Amino acid sequence: MPSFQDLLATVKSRIREISVEETKARVLDAPGGPVLVDVRERDEYEQGYIPRAQWIPRGFLELKIEEAVPEREREVILYCAGGTRSALAAAALHELGYQRVSSMAGGFRAWKNAGYAFDRPRALSPEQVKRYSRHIMLPEVGEAGQAKLLDAKVLFLGAGGLGSPSSLYLAAAGVGTIGIVDDDVVDESNLQRQVLHNIERLGMPKVESARKTLQLLNPDVQVHAHRTRLSSENVMEILAGYDLVIDGADNFPTRYLLNDAALKLRKPVIHASIFRFEGQITTFLPDSGPCYRCLYPDPPPPGMAPSCQEAGVLGVLPGLVGTMQANEAVKVILGVGETLSGRLLVFDALGTKFRTLKLRKDPGCRVCSKHPSEIELIDYEAFCSI
Amino acid sequence: MPTVRIPTPLRKFTQGKEEVSIAGANVRELLANLEVAYPGIKERICDDAGAVRRFVNVFVADEDIRFLENLDTAVRDGDEVSIVPAIAGGR
Repeated sequence: MPSFQDLLATVKSRIREISVEETKARVLDAPGGPVLVDVRERDEYEQGYIPRAQWIPRGFLELKIEEAVPEREREVILYCAGGTRSALAAAALHELGYQRVSSMAGGFRAWKNAGYAFDRPRALSPEQVKRYSRHIMLPEVGEAGQAKLLDAKVLFLGAGGLGSPSSLYLAAAGVGTIGIVDDDVVDESNLQRQVLHNIERLGMPKVESARKTLQLLNPDVQVHAHRTRLSSENVMEILAGYDLVIDGADNFPTRYLLNDAALKLRKPVIHASIFRFEGQITTFLPDSGPCYRCLYPDPPPPGMAPSCQEAGVLGVLPGLVGTMQANEAVKVILGVGETLSGRLLVFDALGTKFRTLKLRKDPGCRVCSKHPSEIELIDYEAFCSI
Repeated sequence: MPTVRIPTPLRKFTQGKEEVSIAGANVRELLANLEVAYPGIKERICDDAGAVRRFVNVFVADEDIRFLENLDTAVRDGDEVSIVPAIAGGR
């Protein structure tokens, strides 16, 4: 009967080993290289891991590898603490048909001894691991992604039709800090669509009602209420505390002011607007793609905007559109998938039709073509619009 | 004939129709014919000089005409032309 040492020697003779130097060069210094997988246990992983590594404990490796690395021909490098478990794991992946698997010799210990950088995961509490388990199961999110959501700070302009579904879903998703700007109070006519509020909150400031609802949904979330209207006086200070803005404003002056201030501060804006049965959604990123003014250089004059008498909106429309804003925000925070940057999604609720139109960055845009410090904020005169 | 998608705020000019078929070899002709069929609509899309207003975009298929040949952008039979004005509502 072979001893463990015999088994290990046999395995090591069959698999390929790779040095920490080569691993660093191939994985960290050249994007698009091999997939790096950490096969250690939770307590080891929590002490530190190699940046970009995916974490699949040895005991789950065969169960989860096909989801993490669907292509059998993709190169995979495995590591553990010292290089033994990863060698055994490499043999297991060979048996599953992975053709280009190696084990990092010396493991995480050798990596640290070489003086290479490592990351520490944000430790989730047992309650959080349970609450966010359906996220953590997704390779695109995982514990590292959930930690990004918990660390994210998102500002919502408006606690109304669009702000309701987007803030509810992002609070549920575990976005750790939520700010809400709104100067209005809850009115009965809001409840047809503004699902943050309810009949017990009539007359209450919307920011206060929103805070109560979101904190009942998820106690992990800190909610900051900004009971004010955005102006050139306060916009920079308010935006500075957040990573990303969900634009659910109800007027043109605020939307243009937000665009210009967000470009000055280099913050992404998830834009959406609704009218009757129609919604428009896109994502504006500060360092690539078009901005709101590339799309619509100037706001319409008062006479040209649809008048207040024409107002009216199907209650579920902001539900659909705001939820798509939340989806965009999650992707920006996680850095996964493809956002709507450079695309305008137009949704017609009556026909259930989606159209995607191409948006381009205007090289002559008088705001985003400027250096951020040269952008001047404008307070357009407020007028009745929807 | 090309199909023109009418945005919700302008449907009062088209008796509520969301899509209309209008002849025209380019966007300029198409907008002129749209005005003949539905008087009053063009003023909401173009300014007095005839240029597309700065808060409205016109797309042929999925491309913005400002990045093509503007009003001279050719339109073919079966093309979908979308008029997309800025809307501000969020509540």
